[in-house]
Amino acid sequence: MTDPVLTSSLLYLDDVRVSFDGYKALRGLSLVLAPNEMRAIIGPNGAGKTTMMDVITGKTRPDEGTVFFGGSVDLTKRDEAEIAELGIGRKFQKPTVFENHSVDTNVALALKAPRGAFATLFGRAARDAREKVDGILRRIRLWDHRARRAGDLSHGQKQWLEIGMLLAQDPKLLLVDEPVAGMTDSETATTAELLREIARDHAVVVVEHDMAFVRDLGVKVTVLHEGAVLAEGPLDRVSADPRVVEVYLGR
Amino acid sequence: MQNHRTFGPRGLVFLAVLLAAAALVPASSLLTPAGSALHLSTYAVTLVGKYLCYALLALSLDLVWGYCGILCLGQGAFFALGGYAMGMYLMRQIGARGSYANPDLPDFMVFLNYHSLPWTWWGFSSFPYAVLMALAVPGALALVFGYFAFRSRVTGVYLSIITQALTYALLLAFFRNEMGFGGNNGLTDFKDILGHDVRSDGTRAALFATSCVALALGYVVAAAVTGSKFGQVTVAIRDAESRVRFLGYRVEHYKTLVFTLSAMMAGMAGALYVPQVGIINPGEFAPANSIEAVIWVAVGGRGTLVGAALGAVLVNWGKTYFTGAFPEYWLFLLGGLFVLVTLFLPQGILGLVDRLTARRRPGPPAERPVAPEEQVLPRPVAE
Ligand SMILES: Nc1ncnc2c1ncn2[C@@H]1O[C@H](COP(=O)(O)OP(=O)(O)O)[C@@H](O)[C@H]1O
Ligand SMILES: [Mg+2]
Repeated sequence: MTDPVLTSSLLYLDDVRVSFDGYKALRGLSLVLAPNEMRAIIGPNGAGKTTMMDVITGKTRPDEGTVFFGGSVDLTKRDEAEIAELGIGRKFQKPTVFENHSVDTNVALALKAPRGAFATLFGRAARDAREKVDGILRRIRLWDHRARRAGDLSHGQKQWLEIGMLLAQDPKLLLVDEPVAGMTDSETATTAELLREIARDHAVVVVEHDMAFVRDLGVKVTVLHEGAVLAEGPLDRVSADPRVVEVYLGR
Repeated sequence: MQNHRTFGPRGLVFLAVLLAAAALVPASSLLTPAGSALHLSTYAVTLVGKYLCYALLALSLDLVWGYCGILCLGQGAFFALGGYAMGMYLMRQIGARGSYANPDLPDFMVFLNYHSLPWTWWGFSSFPYAVLMALAVPGALALVFGYFAFRSRVTGVYLSIITQALTYALLLAFFRNEMGFGGNNGLTDFKDILGHDVRSDGTRAALFATSCVALALGYVVAAAVTGSKFGQVTVAIRDAESRVRFLGYRVEHYKTLVFTLSAMMAGMAGALYVPQVGIINPGEFAPANSIEAVIWVAVGGRGTLVGAALGAVLVNWGKTYFTGAFPEYWLFLLGGLFVLVTLFLPQGILGLVDRLTARRRPGPPAERPVAPEEQVLPRPVAE
């Protein structure tokens, strides 16, 4: 526990192993994220990127390995709701919003506020809640769509709404799984801008396939392959790494 | 963040109709002479009073199923437990007027050679205690059952099956004489409620009015719950449970709370039902009863509250008619109705009404951007 790398980290994964019915999805994954850092994770399909997020957010328990948040909290001992309350927000690969609620209700439900059943049953919304929701709706470019049913949004808009819900949660760490999948080029550029904006005051881990998008982000890149880290560094350096080229082109 | 109009125009009409019925129906039954065009027979009053109890049961089911996605196939168990609580009070009111003229024990206990009142019956001579138990026993059962089921993340079909098993287990338990609740025959031959003859016209009218008020109160509570932020969370759980967890809400707490509240509402419905029908027996725990309640809600419109109540009244009215006219076909008809509604009216009768009125209404004001399909398709959650 006195390891300086651990204590100064926001997120610390060491030798994490997960297997599904014998299939090893993560084989000794290690990763350290500094507070307020933005990191891009790339890797071919099946590399274990989503599984890594499942482990961090408490959806999947690792068979082995350590996962610490803020240098001291063991995430493998917590469940999803506890981990969310600790300050880890997540955007899913497939956009998941509350389809039957309006866009602004979606954001309001994510807003940092007491989460208890009695608190929401009897409590009143904080006075500045409306302002915060409105601010977020403007930031994610959905202000004009605030009263629409979230299920009626386009795919790209749903992705933004989910990012907005993350902002409302105001977590210390955001995990964003493939935010630009299925987006047009201009939507992709807008999303990159949005994420850079968010990264100014939050730590962010972005999983993405789209190389142009990762280049746009301009941050340190971790390459995952077969459940472990293959390379790490600036995009230019890792994309010149022959092993990375092999993984991406040699299949 | 929508502006929650807790009741909405439909809810206000519903409340107005119930309160008007609470006043006018007893008046027509008691104050007009038999044979007058305005007169309602006590038979009719009791029949509709029974439908209102079913409506409250349907409302309680809609709260968990329509607004939280918990398809409870054992809702009838809570109804029956509430009914037993009231039945026990009514049994204690018989006093020494039973066939064995035992002032301390109900007839069935004398017959089974009981020497003293079992502890489960203590306190049931008191009306307030019986009412409290009609709420507390179903509530406590739902709390414990729900807590364990939801904590273990039992959902979907599995949850439905274990709720069905719950009511079936209670059915078998209540059949046993050793349980001390009258076994096979249940509780019946009631005489007085609060000092009034349960069979008199006046008592029947009062029970009817009480059922109206209870249904209205049940609706007000359900509408307040579903209109609160708590209700928004339960709808979110219904639509995307794991997403709610990742936002930091304890899904199991929400489900347990809504399930408990719903069970208490069902218990109240059962407590009002028993003095009107004059009997409670283990048959009320029959799984088929719980399934029928699901059909009422589906027919009326799941996730609409008012629709659930309406569905219960309409289907039971149909049942009264058809079981009189063509008794052997009723179950086929009910099954057919369920299939038709599921296939063609997924939002039930109220969904159909919404669809028809939305076609006729002019477009909404321009301030709110509206998707074209939204104007014709009903929303799964009205109001
Ligand atoms: N719940 C699961 N059950 C079985 N196999 C799984 C499960 N989740 C992921 N996998 C497998 O683990 C591997 C890694 O998957 P994933 O983490 O989704 O990869 P990525 O997100 O990098 O494309 C894949 O081969 C996938 O089929
Ligand atoms: Mg993935």
